[in-house]
Parts: sequence; structure tokens; C-alpha cells
Amino acid sequence: MPSVEKSGADPMIAFDGVEKRFGDNVVLSELSFTVAPGEHVCLIGPSGSGKTTILRLLMTLEKCDAGTITVGGTSLSHMEKNGKLVPADEKHVRDVRKRIGMVFQQFNLFPNMTVRGNLVEAPTRVLGLSKDEADARAKELLDLVGLGDRIDSHPTQLSGGQQQRVAIARALAMRPDVLLLDEVTSALDPELVAGVLKLLSDIGSSTDITFLCVTHEMGFARDFSDRVMMFDGGRVIEDAAPEKLFTAPEHERTQAFLHAVVDR
Amino acid sequence: MNVWDWNFAGQIIPALLNGLRITLIATVLGSLIAFVLGLVLAILGRGPRPVRIVVRAIVEFIRSTPLLVQVYFLFFVLPAFGVVLPALTVGVLALGVHYATYTSEVYRAGIDAVPRGQWEAATALSLPRTRVWTGVVLPQAIPRVLPALGNYVISMFKETPLLIGIGVLDIVGQVREVGGQSFRYVEAYTLAGLLFLLLSYPASLAVRRLERRRAVR
Amino acid sequence: MDNLGTFLSVLSQGLPFTIIATVAGILLTIVLSFVAGLALMSSSKTVRVISRIYVEGLRGTSEVVQLFWIFFALPVLVGFQIVPIWAGILVLGLNHGAYGAEIVRGAVQSVPRAQVEGAIALSMTPAQRMRRVILPQAVVEMLPSFNNLFIQLLKSTALLSFVSINEITRQAQQVLVPRFNPQAFQIFLLLLVMYLIMSLVITAIMRTLERVAAARVGRKPSARSRSQATGAGIA
Ligand SMILES: Nc1ncnc2c1ncn2[C@@H]1O[C@H](COP(=O)(O)OP(=O)(O)OP(=O)(O)O)[C@@H](O)[C@H]1O
Ligand SMILES: [Mg+2]
Repeated sequence: MPSVEKSGADPMIAFDGVEKRFGDNVVLSELSFTVAPGEHVCLIGPSGSGKTTILRLLMTLEKCDAGTITVGGTSLSHMEKNGKLVPADEKHVRDVRKRIGMVFQQFNLFPNMTVRGNLVEAPTRVLGLSKDEADARAKELLDLVGLGDRIDSHPTQLSGGQQQRVAIARALAMRPDVLLLDEVTSALDPELVAGVLKLLSDIGSSTDITFLCVTHEMGFARDFSDRVMMFDGGRVIEDAAPEKLFTAPEHERTQAFLHAVVDR
Repeated sequence: MNVWDWNFAGQIIPALLNGLRITLIATVLGSLIAFVLGLVLAILGRGPRPVRIVVRAIVEFIRSTPLLVQVYFLFFVLPAFGVVLPALTVGVLALGVHYATYTSEVYRAGIDAVPRGQWEAATALSLPRTRVWTGVVLPQAIPRVLPALGNYVISMFKETPLLIGIGVLDIVGQVREVGGQSFRYVEAYTLAGLLFLLLSYPASLAVRRLERRRAVR
Repeated sequence: MDNLGTFLSVLSQGLPFTIIATVAGILLTIVLSFVAGLALMSSSKTVRVISRIYVEGLRGTSEVVQLFWIFFALPVLVGFQIVPIWAGILVLGLNHGAYGAEIVRGAVQSVPRAQVEGAIALSMTPAQRMRRVILPQAVVEMLPSFNNLFIQLLKSTALLSFVSINEITRQAQQVLVPRFNPQAFQIFLLLLVMYLIMSLVITAIMRTLERVAAARVGRKPSARSRSQATGAGIA
């Protein structure tokens, strides 16, 4: 699905002139880009270039210092009230969040709940599903990620790869429109990486979820994405289809980066 | 009758200060015993197995039972063995021994935090055992535990009033007498409480500052 | 030791008071610890300041003074006397709740930030995050310190003998010692053993809870013992 086809639709994700600082450290400046509905976009770039920060801004784990971010046309930072634009309140932010799922590098499963608990907690309490509905959904998703038999295990009894599959299922249980993935395989043992990436590819091709992934797996980025954005120093320095970016990168920073990554 | 009588409050002040003197004496002497005895217990606690077990049992027993009862125990039992001591002395002994069981745990944690390599290096130099303790281990362990020891001094300060059980006239003992004579308790106990707060709060702030400066464990 | 039976029966008469004061004191301590501990982290400055005043005020003044204040000063202010055992429980709970508040705060703050973020990413409300994710994990951290605190509270019940509550220390000191002075050694040893047994019971219960709680977060029972928790400065 090439991105050109989707350019007519309203974007699912839009960054407009976004700036993010940590103290004096300007991490993102004047950042603007859009992601179309159903599009798969990978973010690549050197360490510290601000890739995680972008995902955290989208998940409202961080607040931006300037500019606007919208998801499905709704602003993360502001809302309309009596015809006026006012700062978003907790409820508005939560409503936007419901459309976004996130999978973390370190999984962040809840150790005080079983696998089932992790999967049904938010659907019942946040989406208001009945116990049975949430349970059925949990089972279905665990089958999808290949862990149907581990529903009553504790997260700590699972391997890293299995924990990450549960984390992916947990995010999918919320039926998000957007899924954010932050280096989801970099905490895994090498032999477990391929399985998780395969799972993500399957999910990508069988759903119309919009994906924004940070990854150091260039093979995955090439196969999975419709578009790859190369980041450096808080800006997008190259934004192209994977076939183009990986074979004939325009920018020399991209060339250097790809060299360094491939040589590893 | 007014609830609060400033005149009377003023009259209590000398008694409060008299009591404070006793409270401070008990705290300082009790702390000295606790510091020294606690260290002895901590070092014995690393001794041969039988010693270790006995020391741990004694420490657990004392830590798990009320200081007040231990105070009574010494006060009523020592004379039976022909040892007659003034009440304040008995109180200091009881405070010191009771808190030694706390400080011994503090020292133990501090000693455990000294890296094994330090022991090994000292052994490699064939330093005598006592020198390993005094020259290598304790100089590293004790600075680390100072804040925790400080906290226990403050705790002890606030616990000295239970010595009124054996007739020691500390802050509370004094105001109880004065308040009892005139049936004015509000001023007496409020001022006593404020006096404790006035001394212990800044002290605990100081300990917290010390804590933040030294990374404890 | 021929009077052992008498000693035991006289001390036992005080046991209900000691046990009621301990159990009720612990319950009040738990409630106050959580209320004040969470209030210490409130987003409202007023709430934070009020809970800070409670915590520092009760930790900074002596427990004996608090006891006398509630027994002798408070009645003058409010115009009536509280039933002694209730007043005793109130002091025990208020005092130890102030220490417990810091335990709760410390444990909540020790839960990794990543857990909170995991919950945010699932759109949970702040209350849901606290109740369903943070507190269940924090409780595991709190239990060893609470074990210590509850034993401190048990030991503090002996202070109630100062205000004419006939708990076991008062039974020993006011009833037995005047009658059997030469046997003070046996009387107080027996009394100490009774306290020791009660604190062993508390520790046994808390250890069981620790095991259950550790299993619920999929951990082996924590290696942190009661004494190490004290070493960290809870007195
Ligand atoms: N909470 C924070 N406080 C201060 N600085 C931060 C914080 N989070 C990130 N930064 C800084 O922001 C910059 C970008 O960080 P970010 O985590 O987004 O990089 P990244 O591209 O994801 O790197 P990596 O590939 O190593 O994960 C870095 O310089 C980092 O030090
Ligand atoms: Mg990152």
C-alpha cells in the first residue's frame, strides 16, 4: 500500500511545528510530518535523536513545548469548549489515548496480574466491556500471538519474547487505531527477535491499524513499512519509501547511518 | 476558667527547662552506650556460629519487647542482686541497651555494605584482625551509618519520657508535677509537646540533609 | 516458681486490653498510613501541607506526651473524657500512622515509572492506575516495614499503663510487684516473654502476607528481613 494512494485522506497522525525541550536540551524543533490512516511508518536514526520522544509525545507521556499534535483530527493538547479552544483536561486526553496503543521496549507488563489480568484489565475498566467479552477477546488475541495456553501464567514465568507477545496482545485488546512500537525487540535475546517481528508483520498485513515504529532492525523496516523517516538532531532529514531510502539514500547522514548499522 | 492561661504557661517554663536537662542527659548517655554496645553486638554477630546465634537471639528478644518493661525489670530486679542504682542511671542503662539492639542492625548493614574486596585486600596484606576492623572496615562503614544512628538518637530523645515510670523527672515528669498541682494540663502538655517538636524536628531535618549527602546503602 | 499460676492468671486479666489495643491500633494505623501517605503525594498543595503537618507533628512530639495530652488536656478542650481504651487506641493509631504514611509514600514511589506508563498507555484513570497497578505492587514493598511498625505499636501498648488502662504491664507493675516484690525477676521475665510471643505472632502473620503478596507479583519471597527494614531507619 503505497503512501501516495492515501494522501487524499485526512492524516491519522499529524505533527505541526512541534518543539520539545528537556531543560536546555532542545530534542525536537519545528517538527512536522503526517501519517495517513493505515500507513506503516518506521522511524530510524542514531541514538538520542528523539525517536522515543516522538512516541511518548503521541502517548501523552510527555507534553510538547510548542506546536500541535493531532490524532485522527483531534488535538492532544487542546479541546473545544463553548466554541473556544482551551487546554485539554484529563478526560479529553484519555479519550484520545483510547485510540492509541503502545508497546514498550521493556514490555511493562503488570506483575501483579496474570496474563489474562493484563489483557482484560483495561478493556473492562476503560472500555466498559463485560468480563466475558473481554475474556473472549483475550483468548482470541493470545491465540493470535501463539500463547493461548499461557493465559493463567504470571508475566514473570514467561520468556522475554513471550512477554513481548503478551504486551502486543494487551495493546491490541484496546482495538487501537494507532499502534506505537518502541524498539520492541531490542530487549530480547537474538533468537527470539525474528518470531516477534514475524508476528508484527502478520498483524500489520491483516489489520488496518496505523503503525509508527522505532526500530533498529533495518530488515524489518524495509519489509514492513510504507515509508521510512530518518531522524537526526531532532528533525526528519530524509523521508522516503523503504526501497528508495535503503538502496539510494539522498542524505549523507543517512548513508553514514545505514553504513554503521549494517556493518554492526 | 480560661482554657489557655499565658501566665501559667510562663510559670511552667523553668520546670520544662529543668526537665529538659534530665532528658538531654539521659539521651546523650543512653546514646553513648547504644553506639558502643551496638558496635560490639554487630561485631560479635559476625563471630563464630554459636556466638552469632546467641547474640541474634538476645537482640531479637530485646527488640521485640517494650522498653518500659525493660526499665521496670532493671529497676526492680537489680536491687535483688544487691545493685542499687539511682533511677536515672537505671533509665540510661535501659535506654542504652534497648537502642544498642537497633544500632547493632545499623552497624551490621553498614559493615555488610563494605565491599568484599576490601576484606580480601586487607587479608592479602596480612593485617592483623583488629587492624582490619579499625583500619579498614569501620572507617568505611561508620560514616555510612551516621544518619541512621542520628535517627535513633532522635527516637531515643522522644522515648525518654517513659522513665517517669520509675520516677525520673524529665520534661514530662516535671510538667506532670506542675500541671497536677494546679490542675492545668493543657498548657503543661502542650508546651512539653512543642518543646519536643522544637528540638526533634530540626534535628531530623539535619539528619535528612546528612542522609542526602552520603548515599546510605 | 510456686506463684507462677498466680502470675499467669493476673497477667492474663490484662491480656484482653493489650490485644484489643494492639489490634485496633494496627487497624487505625493502616487506615491513617494509607490516607496520609497518599495525601503526601496529592496534586493539591493544601492536602500535601496538611498531611505533612500531621506526619511531622506526630513524629516530632513524644508518644508519651501525646498520650497525656489526649487524656488530660483534650477533655478540658472538648469538655468530655473519652473512654480510656479508645483514647489509648487513638494515640497508638495516630502516632504510628504518621510513621506508616512515610512507608506508604516510599513504597508507592518505588514502583517503577514504567508501570505507570504502561497503565497510561491503556488509558486508565489516575485512580485506576493507583488502585489496580501501583498499590498492589507497592504493598509488597511495604510489608516488611509494616511488620516493624506493628511490633513498635505492640511495644507502645505498655505505655497505656501510665493512664490506668489495666493492660499486662500495669497488671505486673501495680498488682503483682507490690505483692510479690522478691519475685520481681520472675514476674517481669514472664511479662517480657508474653510480649515476645505476641511479636512473634505478628511477625508470623506478616511473613505469611509477604509470601502471598510476593507470589501475587510473581516474585520469590523478598530477601529483605524485618531487621534490615529497621536498619533503613524506621524506629
Ligand atoms: N526524561 C528526560 N529528561 C531529560 N532528557 C531526556 C528525557 N528523555 C529523553 N531525553 C533526552 O532527549 C534526547 C532524545 O531522547 P530519545 O529517547 O527520544 O532518543 P532516541 O532517539 O529514542 O534514542 P535511542 O535510539 O537511544 O532510544 C536525548 O538526548 C535524551 O537524553
Ligand atoms: Mg529510544
